[in-house]
Amino acid sequence: MSRETILNVAILAGLLAVALGAWASGEPFVVQLATRAAILGMAGVGLNLALGYGGLVSFGHAAFFGIGGYAAGILASAAQNYEPLMTWPVELPGTTSMPIIWLTAVIAAGLIALPIGALSLRTGGVHFIMITLAFAQMIYYFAISWPAYGGEDGLSIYVRNSLGTLDTMSPLTFFLIAFALLLLVLGLVLVATRSRFGLALAMARQNPLRLTSMGVRPFNVRLTAFVLSAMAVALAGALYADLNRFVSPTMLSWHLSGELIVFVILGGVGRPCGPLIGACIYVLLEQWLGGLTDYWQFPLGVILLLVVLFARGGVIGLVTGRNANA
Amino acid sequence: MPKPILRINGLEKSFGALKATNGVTLDLYPGEIHALIGPNGAGKSTLIKQIVGEIRPDAGSIDFEGQPIDRLDAADRARIGLARTFQVSQIAPELSAVRNVMLAVEAREGRVFRFFRPVSRDLDLIAAAMAFLHDAGLGERAAIHAADLSHGERRQLEFAMALALKPKVFLMDEPMAGLSPDGSKRMTAFLSELRHTAPILLVEHDMEAVFALADRISVLVYGQVIATGTVADIRANPEVRTAYLGDEAA
Ligand SMILES: Nc1ncnc2c1ncn2[C@@H]1O[C@H](COP(=O)(O)OP(=O)(O)OP(=O)(O)O)[C@@H](O)[C@H]1O
Ligand SMILES: [Mg+2]
Repeated sequence: MSRETILNVAILAGLLAVALGAWASGEPFVVQLATRAAILGMAGVGLNLALGYGGLVSFGHAAFFGIGGYAAGILASAAQNYEPLMTWPVELPGTTSMPIIWLTAVIAAGLIALPIGALSLRTGGVHFIMITLAFAQMIYYFAISWPAYGGEDGLSIYVRNSLGTLDTMSPLTFFLIAFALLLLVLGLVLVATRSRFGLALAMARQNPLRLTSMGVRPFNVRLTAFVLSAMAVALAGALYADLNRFVSPTMLSWHLSGELIVFVILGGVGRPCGPLIGACIYVLLEQWLGGLTDYWQFPLGVILLLVVLFARGGVIGLVTGRNANA
Repeated sequence: MPKPILRINGLEKSFGALKATNGVTLDLYPGEIHALIGPNGAGKSTLIKQIVGEIRPDAGSIDFEGQPIDRLDAADRARIGLARTFQVSQIAPELSAVRNVMLAVEAREGRVFRFFRPVSRDLDLIAAAMAFLHDAGLGERAAIHAADLSHGERRQLEFAMALALKPKVFLMDEPMAGLSPDGSKRMTAFLSELRHTAPILLVEHDMEAVFALADRISVLVYGQVIATGTVADIRANPEVRTAYLGDEAA
């Protein structure tokens, strides 16, 4: 096992231990925090597929996080109010089943990411950053001005959605659900980046001219990564809605897109567990420093600056050195 | 007389007021090395870029195996059998040498969008890539990050990738550039054999190599072909001597 693998296992085991320990010592709030870190980490891991492995600096992934959240919120509120989701062309009921909600979130995000990616990927560099931001802002303002689902006030989910016979309202149970999905997403991202597609994605980032000269269009490779990444982020968004039992346009805001980028850069661009450790650090700082000062993001900014200047591989790179996995 | 595999007809390309390609007509026959020589800025690289589809000509046409390929983009042209090596080696620096070649193999097989099986366990893919690395003389260095390869080794890596595409034509932009005299000699021997695999359109400054290798030579000056012929023809051509070979001697 490489040092990075050991570190990855340690990070995951640490997160699990924190949640179990907090639960045993009667601190559900800490379990809640660990769940938040796991879910935000999952979103970061998803973004990393585009940003880290594909070199696509998307400043609009909040759109997919929010779409996942709204998928959960809309389906659940329809079911909880005993209203059909829609009546035309076919009558569709809402649902409180987590698997159906997850699937809906992932598919909806994929379908929306496809045109957004196809248009954005015609550009590169700063233009790509701005276009993805613009698309996300469009969706954000659409959500604000759409009264049917709460507009600016958002949408409450009265009871957490259900998964079989599990008691999803139990903080530990919900943590374990989120943690299991985090492992799944992490596993899928790892597998994809080590596959044939992963090689093409690495080449699309490092040398698109060479990839073209091999007969493969970098655009197709990037678009695939963009869509897969959006789907992973949407799954995290659906869980985030369930965690808070609340969805609002803030899930779609550019702040969130920025936070996801921060997780990736802080933890280590293109490192499988980087965004998870980035999210953990973020949640910790938010908790500790946020209690002391309203300006807690200032020290976060300083840390981020230090990482960007002195530790290009983020926290993971700092601990394990050069990316061994090439 | 066999048919040319590649035929370029009246190609023109301007950058603003500069005519980088000015009515170039050229062909490449099976089994031959056709060298393209000319002073710096003559438009050699620009011509290669138009043949592979990286840039579009303003006028003229390109036929490959008797079919026009003007409407195909660069990826399509690579897939039908045009393989290119670059004036400055183009590789993925963060991947190992063998992974660079593995990607070329999977691209040629048309099996890029496979998401589950790790390439590290794809023994067929690895073996195929290793064979091409060996052919290019880089077998020993397979596990090295491409960024850590020497200039000459990157050239070899480029060739391994080009071989892995099993192309019908090679388009090479100054493969000798920056090589040691020894490296140049080895490259010359390598290319001399390679013409039997697929014909080569060879852009090259190294006259010794060109005279040793070329079946035919075309001389490009200010975007125009001023002469095409055998090595002996070109050596004897007075116009070429003043326009180009004279500069070299000076
Ligand atoms: N994209 C471009 N935009 C504007 N001018 C260009 C462009 N590409 C090439 N040129 C110009 O076209 C001319 C031909 O360039 P090209 O690179 O084809 O020359 P070359 O024969 O390959 O030279 P060298 O031997 O130095 O490689 C040069 O004057 C160059 O400055
Ligand atoms: Mg050139």
